[in-house]
Amino acid sequence: MKQEIFKIQSQEKIANGVYLMKLEGNTDAITASGQFVNIKLNGFFLRRPISVCDYDKNSLTLIYKTVGEGTKEMSKYENGTELDILVGLGNGYDTSRSGDKPLLIGGGVGVPPLYNLCKKLIGEGKTPTVILGFNKKEDVFFEEEFKKLGAKVYVTTASGEYGIKGFVTDAMNDLSYTYFYSCGPEPMLKAIYDKSTTEGELSFEERMGCGFGACMGCSCKTKYGNKRICKDGPVLRKEEVIW
Amino acid sequence: MVDTKVNLSGLVLDNPIIPASGTFGYGYEYAELYDINCLGSFSFKGTTKDPRFGNPTPRIAECTDGMINSVGLQNPGIDKVIEEELPKMKECFNKKVVANIGGFSLDEYAYVSERLDKEDCVGILEVNISCPNVHGGGISFGTDPGLAAEVTRRVKEVTTKPVYIKLTPNVTNIVEIAKACEDAGADGISMINTLLGMRIDVKTRKCVIANKMGGFSGSAIFPVALRMVYQVYDAVKIPIIGMGGVSNAKDVIEMMLAGATAVQIGAANLVDPFICKQIVEDLPRVMEEYNINSLLEIIGGAHNG
Repeated sequence: MKQEIFKIQSQEKIANGVYLMKLEGNTDAITASGQFVNIKLNGFFLRRPISVCDYDKNSLTLIYKTVGEGTKEMSKYENGTELDILVGLGNGYDTSRSGDKPLLIGGGVGVPPLYNLCKKLIGEGKTPTVILGFNKKEDVFFEEEFKKLGAKVYVTTASGEYGIKGFVTDAMNDLSYTYFYSCGPEPMLKAIYDKSTTEGELSFEERMGCGFGACMGCSCKTKYGNKRICKDGPVLRKEEVIW
Repeated sequence: MVDTKVNLSGLVLDNPIIPASGTFGYGYEYAELYDINCLGSFSFKGTTKDPRFGNPTPRIAECTDGMINSVGLQNPGIDKVIEEELPKMKECFNKKVVANIGGFSLDEYAYVSERLDKEDCVGILEVNISCPNVHGGGISFGTDPGLAAEVTRRVKEVTTKPVYIKLTPNVTNIVEIAKACEDAGADGISMINTLLGMRIDVKTRKCVIANKMGGFSGSAIFPVALRMVYQVYDAVKIPIIGMGGVSNAKDVIEMMLAGATAVQIGAANLVDPFICKQIVEDLPRVMEEYNINSLLEIIGGAHNG
């Protein structure tokens, strides 16, 4: 983990209440896809943890949803605004376990961390399939971006307005895959856990205090003992999860 | 050259800056970020006899200039703390630590204290009789002068190390509790623990914290903590470790003027993991700014006249 100052390069609304923010700054502390950053906002006591969508040496792409006052405030920040960010938090996904045909499953704002993961897996010569789940058509984002990486992409909407009608698990039926990576709301993760036929990894969300393992605010029980979502997670392996 | 040394019951600290229990783990998370030997000391995660998972999540809620936590004394238990955590801690911190002790009974406080008494790295036993997050737990000892005195006596019986009792602000008269601890032999007072608080999610109409209530901390509580330290300083002769919302070097000086001999920093660590190092570095400059040569001369300084 490092504390760095990042400068906002651009911000755009890409779906209903969902923003894509590009920042410039030192990303050396990021060691894996699926890690997150923790952003200090003026006027708010706690930092805001946001998953890393994509990064290279000097740039960071974040996608976040305006769920509360803090993220609403963040969506108003103008280009050039400097942000105090803790970078390289959490464990991230382990690409070494993916096999040849990994399945990536994201729901809502659980989609962003899978983007860099998908890029890495393709870079490693693997053939990922991606399922992106949303509630409505207006919520859908990043379908094209994943396709451009070269992944096969299925989109589901609960409303049936777009793509496959139903949940991400409805798109899993006839797929063959070697491993899965997922991120999204807990009920979705549970459904994937139950439906999946291989080992895999699930990225969890929890209300955090510090984001770096000090306060024990986001602890959970696993088959391998108590873990902190922020430090030992957010990614847990399927075999260790206790529901 | 200003002098930042302070003395807690014979334990001389290079400076009065002590990260507070529950915000600093056993130190090694922070040692990855900076050399924590710059600190005066630190108070490690509250330790109980048995391992505890703590409370259900969500355990954290945000407030204006503060936060609520309801961790519930999650810790690996005294056996693992001694076998695993303290050795790791000693690798990154070579000064004496403040051992924070939690408990649910007089016997438990005495047992954990006796175990930690044998650890050379422990400079002070800080007995938490004030955790707001455990039902039927420590809080009942902290709200009753007789029980607070009883815990103090039991711990004093099993240790030769200085015993500091950590008090809750969630009482009608904190002075009375502090005096009861002093009379029972406490070497010092640690104050204040968090204020009992609550947040409700207006959308869902439910409490944000799974346990409904939790401990409110952060810069918002600084004036309350300061006031209580000031009151207790007037009433006791033993040293006070002051805490509650301290966020910068000027707050440290203010807390010492109210009567604190040393100062703990809690919630601020969770927002800015480098804050204690920053305060240690800022302190000499801020002392010069206020014409302070030695911190020893300002303890309780606001009580003159």
